[in-house]
Amino acid sequence: MPAAHASTADPSTAAEAAEALRAAVVAGQRVRIAGHGTKLGWGAPIPLPDVELRTTSLARVVAHNAGDFTAIVEPGVPFARLQAELSGEGQMVALDPPGAEATIGGIVATGDSGPLRHRYLAPRDLVIGMQLALPDGSVARAGGKVIKNVAGYDLAKLFTGSYGTLGAIVQIALRLHPRPRRTATAIGTGDDPARLAAAAAAVASRPLEADSFDVGWDARGGAILVRLSGDTAADRVARTLPLLAGAGLETSIDEDDGALWARQREGQRSHDGVVVRVSAAPAQLEHVLRTARDAGATLVGRAGLGLSWLRLDGLADATAVARVQELREALAPAPVVVLDAPAAVRDAVDPWGPADPVHLALLRSVKARFDPTGACAPGLFVGGI
Amino acid sequence: MTSHPQLGDEPAAPPGAEAPTRALIERLQAIVGNEHVIVHPHQLKVYESDGLLQYAQRPRAVALPGSTAEVSEVVRACHEHEVPWVARGSGSGLSGGALPVEDGVLVSLTRMNRILDVDLANQRVVCQPGVTNIAISEAVGPEFFYPPDPSSQIVCSIGGNVAENSGGAHCFKYGFTTNYVCGLQVVLHDGTVVRLGGKELEHPGYDVIGAFVGSEGTLGVATEITVRVIPSPEAVRTLVAFFPTPRAAGEVVSDIVTGGVVPGAIEMMDNLTIRASNQMAGAGWPEDVGAALVVELDGAESECDTQFERVQAICSRHDAVDIQVAGSPDERALMWKMRKAAFPAMGRISPHYYVQDGVIPRSKLPEVLDRIDELAARYGLPVGNVFHAGDGNLHPLVCYDERVEGEAERAEELAGEIIVACVEAGGSITGEHGVGVDKKRYMSKMFSEADLEAFQKLRCAFDPTGRTNPGKVMPTPRLCGEVPGPYREHPLERAGLAERF
Repeated sequence: MPAAHASTADPSTAAEAAEALRAAVVAGQRVRIAGHGTKLGWGAPIPLPDVELRTTSLARVVAHNAGDFTAIVEPGVPFARLQAELSGEGQMVALDPPGAEATIGGIVATGDSGPLRHRYLAPRDLVIGMQLALPDGSVARAGGKVIKNVAGYDLAKLFTGSYGTLGAIVQIALRLHPRPRRTATAIGTGDDPARLAAAAAAVASRPLEADSFDVGWDARGGAILVRLSGDTAADRVARTLPLLAGAGLETSIDEDDGALWARQREGQRSHDGVVVRVSAAPAQLEHVLRTARDAGATLVGRAGLGLSWLRLDGLADATAVARVQELREALAPAPVVVLDAPAAVRDAVDPWGPADPVHLALLRSVKARFDPTGACAPGLFVGGI
Repeated sequence: MTSHPQLGDEPAAPPGAEAPTRALIERLQAIVGNEHVIVHPHQLKVYESDGLLQYAQRPRAVALPGSTAEVSEVVRACHEHEVPWVARGSGSGLSGGALPVEDGVLVSLTRMNRILDVDLANQRVVCQPGVTNIAISEAVGPEFFYPPDPSSQIVCSIGGNVAENSGGAHCFKYGFTTNYVCGLQVVLHDGTVVRLGGKELEHPGYDVIGAFVGSEGTLGVATEITVRVIPSPEAVRTLVAFFPTPRAAGEVVSDIVTGGVVPGAIEMMDNLTIRASNQMAGAGWPEDVGAALVVELDGAESECDTQFERVQAICSRHDAVDIQVAGSPDERALMWKMRKAAFPAMGRISPHYYVQDGVIPRSKLPEVLDRIDELAARYGLPVGNVFHAGDGNLHPLVCYDERVEGEAERAEELAGEIIVACVEAGGSITGEHGVGVDKKRYMSKMFSEADLEAFQKLRCAFDPTGRTNPGKVMPTPRLCGEVPGPYREHPLERAGLAERF
């Protein structure tokens, strides 16, 4: 296998990571930061970097403060291992993006999430502090290790979802939640986007405190899924069914719902096809479903949040490119971001889509202050940042 | 355009004022109208402090714009005159974050108090910054509500909440302002208007909304805010339980939370604050107990009931002296009145008091309480304690008498030692009141020089001139400097003969 890049850096401390970045800056080299590399295909295509900074040796669970529902971890910790460790105390990081191989650092750096986002929000909302290695060679902390804290600027939010273009995340403080004791899912199926959207609207307006609330669509039709947890989960699921039935959906209950939700998560990925993430206003669901149907796409999404992942499989590259552009036109102004896609498709469409110039100028200003020489994955981010 | 004296006896700009100042004031008057520019010293006095009265500074002028366009023009005028400016909402902040700058302009957002869009289908509300926090919940209630609920919610503005990332009693379960803001329109240091986010949750790019919320008015001013609202819980169950000591109450909090129950709110008051609140809110709570714990569960009815039984069992197990369950909305309201009265009520038992705001990891509660007792004894000043117990946010109330020589200084010193104790326990110097001017001297207790430099990078990205709310947050003034161009390796470096530091 040919060398993918000129060299690798494998720091095992924050200071080493900062020094690796600084050395690259001094040498005029481009750096890409990688965990297990499960999402390296995301973002705009860029030339192979001179240096790959790997988080493989930054893989310690530094602290699990069970009594405080917090954990401090290094970015290279495999997410599955982290969850397994925390579950010993009946706790979890309330994130469930797909991909068994992902590291917590990669999940945070890309802001990835899964169905639990309905109740627990996104990585940005669960990260309470960070230690950062910056291109100027410094190591800086922001936030802290307590859930509530407004001291200093929230750089942790800035770096969450920054795709490694501002510097390296070398430590992450996370808020944890109790692991749900039992779960059950109310299911409503139908093939009419209007009915599915009506059911979603009915569920969304009720204080059900669902853990997850999803929509799915494929060639066979669609479904609304409402997952509840707690001592009274089964009872509350039964009481949710009338909301789904009232909108004209066929209803059922799944009390052993692990496989069902694993499928929802996997729907956010494609090995060889194209996945786009649509961020619409929640009440646009019917329009998003119709658009997915007309495009021949499968869809999984967070029905209450307006977030949907549309998957286009088995298309020729040129057709896929045209389809992505059609989706953008049909769904505008909702941002449509390309995630998984063959190289030829990523070369042909800007995966981030159009950006407002005033907004972009502010993003560029942020980049210029943290990474003034453009050492960190230049060109990968929005607007060529 | 000429300026008109406000009260007839003094000119808009004092005769001695320099010509540039006079020119700026005339320009502000042209933008927002004469009646919305305040320059008279008597009227300026209203604006010299925010909720923290220890600090006072009159600005050169106050401008009250009525639209985003006017805010933009006002800020642009300040920028072109190289005059610092400070944004202010309701002025209820408790860290001096809206303290004016000498010779600067104070931009008051109180005229921008309209709710622009109540969009229940999308569960969003779009509003101007001067809208009060409670007005949002009122606009969408009773079916929906806006969860972050600072105790000052009747008066505090959503713009101020955005600046401070305000929390409240219910944020342990529901989160803070930052978890609810999904769109902003912001006026930057030079008057540029930028739109960030919207009703949709994910917009490509750095999370600049996340960076802006809680930046204490130093990155710009929000002129339009889009927040999420959520369905009101089906059921609410509230109780107050009394314990012999705060430590016992703290153990109850631990057992509740680690048992997997996430209360809507869990608040603790100690003996001193119970006695003070009794005088003001009149609930007649027992005054021979060490602590009162207000626990509120909300959510689905059946789940709520199951968990409420669990909470009562935990209270009993820890020798609760008494447990009172709110049997009606009025009884619940009284329990909350007791809690929310804690700050003002302290004024009834002490001539003066200083409200501290610190955070500790919740599991450190017993040892930090011991430490506070120790410090209070050493300084000979009573300290009342009120906490958002779920998230370890303490509000020690340091009582003192300003008329006693040196006591105010000792109270401040004691409050400072309490904050240091919080940081040493792994916590934070502020959980919700912000750094402002009041806490900036403690920033270096919590953050290193490298951390502060990183903060400064963000600040410079938004405002390279440093004229947006200067003198707040950072412990020492800092300049931005130019952004360096692309780095070029010096030939000596390439040859390994020199190194850059």
